[in-house]
Amino acid sequence: MIHSLFLINHSGDIFLEKHWKSVIGRSVCDYFFEAKEKAAEPEDVPPVLQTPHHYLISIYRDRLFFLSVIQTEAPPLFVIEFLHRVVETFQDYFGECSETVIKDNVVTVYELLEEMLDNGFPLATESNILKEMIRPPTILRTMVNTLTGTSNFEERLPSGQLSTIPWRRSGVKYTNNEAYFDVIEEIDAIVDKSGTTVCAEIQGVIEACVKLTGMPDLTLSFMNPRLLDDVSFHPCVRFKRWEAERVLSFIPPDGNFTLMSYHVNAQNLVAIPVYVKQNISFFESGSGGRLDLTAGPKQTMGKTVEGLVITVHMPKAVLSASLTATQGSYTYDPATKVLVWDIGRLNPQKLPNLRGSLSLQAGAPKPEDNPSINIALKIQQLAISGLKVNRLDMYGEKYKPFKGVKYVTKAGKFQRPACVAISHFST
Amino acid sequence: MTPMQKLLQLPVNAVNMVKTVQNQVQGFQEEDKSPVLSPDGAHQAWYSALQPDELRHLRSGGSGGGGGGGHNSEERAPLEEGGGGGGGQTQPLRHDDLKEMLDSNKDSLKLEAMKRIVAMIARGKNTSDLFPAVVKNVACKNIEVKKLVYVYLVRYAEEQQDLALLSISTFQRGLKDPNQLIRASALRVLSSIRVTIIVPIMMLAIKEAASDMSPYVRKTAAHAIPKLYSLDPEQKDQLIEVIEKLLADKTTLVAGSVVMAFEEVCPERIDLIHKNYRKLCNLLVDVEEWGQVVIINMLTRYARTQFLNPNLNECLLEEGGESTFYGSDADQDEDEDEDKKDEALSKRKPYVMDPDHRLLLRNTKPLLQSRNAAVVMAVAQLYFHLAPKAEVGVIAKALVRLLRSHSEVQYVVLQNVATMTIKRRGMFEPYLKSFYIRSTDPTQIKVLKLEVLTNLASETNISTILREFQTYIKSMDKDFVAATIQAIGRCATHIGEVRDTCLNGLVQLLSNRDELVVAESVVVIKKLLQMQPEKHSDIIKHMAKLTDNIQVPMARASILWLIGEYCEHVPKIAPDVLRKMAKTFTNEEDIVKLQIINLAAKLYLTNSKQTKLLTQYVLNLAKYDQNYDIRDRARFIRQLIVPTDKCGALSKYAKKLILALKPAPILESPFKDRDHFQLGSLSHLLNTKAGGYQELPDWPQDAPDPSVRNVEVKESVPEWTKCSSREKRKEKKVEKPFYSDSEGESGPTESADSESDSASSSASGSEQSGSGSEESEESEERSDSDEEEEEEEEEAKKRKTQKKEPIEAVQQSESEQSSEEEVKKRKVSIPPPRNVSESESDDDDSPSDSSQDSESEDSESEAEVKKKKKITPPKAPTKPVKKEGKKEKKEMSLLDFDDFEPTPSPQVTPVGNFLSSSLVTDLEGLSLTDTVLSPATISPSGSLKSYELLHRITGEGLWVEYCFSRQPFLPDPHMVAVQIQFTNSAATEAKSLRLEEAKLQSGMRVKEFPEIEVLPAGESATVVMGVDFCDSTQAANLQLCTHSRKFFVSIQPPVGELMTPSFMTENEFKKEQGQLMGMNEITEKMQLPERCQNEHAIVQRVIAAANLSRVPCGSDKECSSPAPPPPGPPVHRFAGRTVTSGSLVLVTVATKESGPSQLTINCEKMVIGTMLVKDILLALTQ
Repeated sequence: MIHSLFLINHSGDIFLEKHWKSVIGRSVCDYFFEAKEKAAEPEDVPPVLQTPHHYLISIYRDRLFFLSVIQTEAPPLFVIEFLHRVVETFQDYFGECSETVIKDNVVTVYELLEEMLDNGFPLATESNILKEMIRPPTILRTMVNTLTGTSNFEERLPSGQLSTIPWRRSGVKYTNNEAYFDVIEEIDAIVDKSGTTVCAEIQGVIEACVKLTGMPDLTLSFMNPRLLDDVSFHPCVRFKRWEAERVLSFIPPDGNFTLMSYHVNAQNLVAIPVYVKQNISFFESGSGGRLDLTAGPKQTMGKTVEGLVITVHMPKAVLSASLTATQGSYTYDPATKVLVWDIGRLNPQKLPNLRGSLSLQAGAPKPEDNPSINIALKIQQLAISGLKVNRLDMYGEKYKPFKGVKYVTKAGKFQRPACVAISHFST
Repeated sequence: MTPMQKLLQLPVNAVNMVKTVQNQVQGFQEEDKSPVLSPDGAHQAWYSALQPDELRHLRSGGSGGGGGGGHNSEERAPLEEGGGGGGGQTQPLRHDDLKEMLDSNKDSLKLEAMKRIVAMIARGKNTSDLFPAVVKNVACKNIEVKKLVYVYLVRYAEEQQDLALLSISTFQRGLKDPNQLIRASALRVLSSIRVTIIVPIMMLAIKEAASDMSPYVRKTAAHAIPKLYSLDPEQKDQLIEVIEKLLADKTTLVAGSVVMAFEEVCPERIDLIHKNYRKLCNLLVDVEEWGQVVIINMLTRYARTQFLNPNLNECLLEEGGESTFYGSDADQDEDEDEDKKDEALSKRKPYVMDPDHRLLLRNTKPLLQSRNAAVVMAVAQLYFHLAPKAEVGVIAKALVRLLRSHSEVQYVVLQNVATMTIKRRGMFEPYLKSFYIRSTDPTQIKVLKLEVLTNLASETNISTILREFQTYIKSMDKDFVAATIQAIGRCATHIGEVRDTCLNGLVQLLSNRDELVVAESVVVIKKLLQMQPEKHSDIIKHMAKLTDNIQVPMARASILWLIGEYCEHVPKIAPDVLRKMAKTFTNEEDIVKLQIINLAAKLYLTNSKQTKLLTQYVLNLAKYDQNYDIRDRARFIRQLIVPTDKCGALSKYAKKLILALKPAPILESPFKDRDHFQLGSLSHLLNTKAGGYQELPDWPQDAPDPSVRNVEVKESVPEWTKCSSREKRKEKKVEKPFYSDSEGESGPTESADSESDSASSSASGSEQSGSGSEESEESEERSDSDEEEEEEEEEAKKRKTQKKEPIEAVQQSESEQSSEEEVKKRKVSIPPPRNVSESESDDDDSPSDSSQDSESEDSESEAEVKKKKKITPPKAPTKPVKKEGKKEKKEMSLLDFDDFEPTPSPQVTPVGNFLSSSLVTDLEGLSLTDTVLSPATISPSGSLKSYELLHRITGEGLWVEYCFSRQPFLPDPHMVAVQIQFTNSAATEAKSLRLEEAKLQSGMRVKEFPEIEVLPAGESATVVMGVDFCDSTQAANLQLCTHSRKFFVSIQPPVGELMTPSFMTENEFKKEQGQLMGMNEITEKMQLPERCQNEHAIVQRVIAAANLSRVPCGSDKECSSPAPPPPGPPVHRFAGRTVTSGSLVLVTVATKESGPSQLTINCEKMVIGTMLVKDILLALTQ
């Protein structure tokens, strides 16, 4: 299936190549570069390209292109999903996925790629198994390695590949047995200029960090599972139990993983926790404009809004902005025409305000469009949908684990920079 | 390897070993004991001897090597160097260093060298000149070095084939290693070095690995198959054999990989899937994600060839009702002819979904909840292509969920959704808002979402969509705005109600400040106006004014075309526009120039007075244009419209040619008709056939035989027993049950499922056994479990060979198997196969037979007692029971005389089930009176053949068999008594079992049995019903109903069951025979086999084949006949009457000492006669 992989940085250099079948020359990437030239933004490069002899399927993540070459029919999503899995594995191993990190750990990266695909078909993609075969580097081990001359490869062969539970390694041991679950919810909304919500929905994920000895069998139940409209699970979750009893029953992988992601039905109107009053106008003369933004809390259920960041995509003609903020700081990037106002904690008594003037390119016509505004925020201790974890039970092991659940409401965690997209369109 | 090397390498391993001991990882020590390492126990000594030295090396990072300190500095920054341009000079030098390091005897140095080489490979640098130095290290025992050497080998072996061959023997040795991971990795590398010369070695290795006891090695073998195939396609046939073998594998680990190999090597061999279909469906949930995708895609194709279109009938019903947006009705029109042809057919025969089809849909549905987008998409396309219309909707929600994923995923999903929305708009209508566009979406996503929104537009939601579109037009992204305007145009053409609104909106856009917006609007308006130009002359006028301002060539050209085309509607403005255009002609773009010529020509033809000079001016300008197209056009137009003497007849038609009515363009979605590609495929995305794409076949007209997917029950019996015994053992040893197993325990629905059909139970059973072995391998008793596995394999081999041998052998093995088992278990699980009893009826006194008999008698008697207690009293109607019981008793007693062993097994001699033992004794007295008759009415109970009415899998646990009890059916003597046995092997009870008449042939009648109210799980019940077959072997088609389902079943009588015995003397027989001569007599010669020579065997067999009674021979001596018959060869006579019409059936078997015997049948009904001859002949000569 997947024939070769090229990693390409933002400026268009191929800095790593891996072939699973016979070698394909780098020149195949020229078709990709051509498409990249045409596209205005890196996101606009078509993920699937056809060349005379090959097909190129690429993803763009963390300012890197992962370009795979295939020769015959293969489901595009299969390849795309795999490439994303590669990125996630790198992130898991090295903390981030950037050109420098990959170059620094090139041998580990190569080993990983070798293990993940055999003849272009995925072989081991579960992080638990990979980590048994190839140990992730840590600062301590790197130091020890340089001192002793050993490397960070496992000296023994893994047994995990043959474990009956492909996502959990065997022989896990901890002195402190803990299981943490983070319920993270994101609001996704479009609000029109008059302030009415065009559509709003809540996406949630439950991120787990499970460090438990042996083979624990966990059961997680909710107070109000009916809230969940659409769910998708980590493969460890037993679907039949969910269907029948609405509980999550699973043998967890070791370490961090996403247990489930869900969608809360937007039927019950989602309350948007903040509002932004905006007034952006441009003078008829065409030399400048005014901007006035005020943010305030709307429905926060008594919790404080933190990490509030307002992003405004300005019209192309705006050259610079000279503004004053009553709270937080702002930056304006004239290249991307993005105004970012980092407010931080929202104080309901003293509403933050940003105002000032904008200067336009000389001679440019008055920009007509109202810029769209994106809001990112964070509310601790609150799952905006009201989802509550009821209890966590463990079977199969004797000890008493420490259990913890945390709720966070966020806006903007997805790949797109912000998720509460309040798009102001004059209707 | 030289002894020296060996010695030098040992210490490192020793160090490793010490480490592992410290880590307290037991078992690993064993793993590391490769044959190379194990030979001597001397390494401890070596270790202590060399330790200080070695440690120094380790500490210093290899300062003992040739390079000395130079290495150290290089090692610190292995990546920085060589990145720039100076590679040409430094590289050979460094390669020398690397060679030196590789040749050194310290693993740490080797490792460092290999790391740097791999880093170079990763950057695409050529390191092929290091090949000899690297390949030497392939036998290195340090796993880290080895791994990297493998990486290098796989990369360069193809270029340096001769040298690569040096490494082959290492891999061959690795293939024999006791550690499965070493075997697997050896095979993996061996198959990855693309060297043609080793094809035979690879083939051998793959074959061997395919029957390896470790599922992981088998998985690797499956991976190796496509590698070998791409290297040498000539090996296809052999590889298919391996694939076939691996397809039968029952572990989830192997399933995905082998299907992938199947898809790459022999996707056309769909027949290989039949036997594995149900297994694959049942395993699917537990297969790893990537395998799921491949399997689902393959099964989609498979289902398209094997099942009927579930939507065929619905298409007929909803004809026209489905107002799909985009002329997809055109599609339907094409189909209509076909549909009508089918209409009559389908009305007669309602569609019933094949249970296997249902199984696939049911087992894939949970995967819609997968976290893997590819799996979700695979299931979605499966439902789209295979599910009944009413069920397709479930995929919408899952697909909408994928829209929150990465933009690449969105891109692919939206493409597929766009195709789906054309065919099934209703499916996505509730999710309309999910396709609303966000300002942060990349342009390509925006455009695709627009496409979907346009496809979803209908009369009801068009106003919302248009409002949404209006906001999009104000976006800053101009490409997106252009696409929006196009989308508005498409909505307007397809929804008549909003056409005017859209047009007005677009006209307003003409005053937009952005020229691109205006231009796009002009183009779209032009298309819309073509539909009804007369109503909109004011718009045309408005547009004419735009020519002063608008500069975009396409828009200008569009306006000019409009004015020219509809110049009658704007007679005053048109010449003026031409005048303006003539002035700017030379500065216009080419497409505009062409349109100016067109406009001039059209005006000349309609309004030559005003425009003659202008036209000539334009044509003259065009004549000297740079572009030859324009010069040509000008010349052509001039000849056509300006009448000269030279020009021919063509100019007469100029008006017709140029002012012909042009049809309005149809604005179509680019996704129309894309669904002939399998959704989710690359070909679908690109809308061209990609290499290796397998066409999605059309539904078959008639369903192919579904029985090809039946897995033999015979096979599953030993499988099951074996598994359960293993399971028990496993439970003792390993605490953890297998994952899916525990799932079964916890989820009640699951267990019902898996028990209900044999395929799944056997599959999961073996899976358990497989996993059991894996787990035990992890534990310390490794060798022990290995042995077991081998044992198991041997058993499996035995089984296979036995299958081919005669049935007796199977029986034997079965009896062995079952003797290990507790009787109880056996009873609950699977009743012994039918053919056991068939062979019993043979007079075969092999020792195995007797052992089997005694054994099964034991077990069954116990089972029967239990059964009787539960079943007998409430169910069977008492009256017939008594009668039947009477006869049964007679038979039994007689059979004993004949030394015939009855050995009734539960479903074969159902009569036995009727009788409580006390009833039998009660009736004993009665039977005595009829002893005279008894020799004539022999009907060996053991030979009653039962037929399957409803398969266990089809019936979801309900298993129904029927046999012809050969008892008169009391309520109606013209009916054949059919005895039906229900066995409920499901986990839940079956309720209200009854029969309903479905479609009987004319004249046929059925007397149903009283409804069975409840049949608890694991129980059986027997009932008797009567069927009047009208003396024909046509099947009686019936409907078997339970509380929840209906099954179509049919009872097919063998001709021998359509008669009842009739008693007559030999004289009567001869008299009757004399009257049925000529056409009514059929004679056949035959050669009786050795064991059929004696009288007993002949009588036995004839009576088994047909329900006749024997005419007592010799008895005629007393009765009459003055001349005693000459003492000749014995003649056997049998007589009976057909059930319905009572016609006589007379059978004569005349045996001769030498030469062929003769079979004569006299019967009024010739059809019955001919069929009966065949059956009896078969029975006798077999």
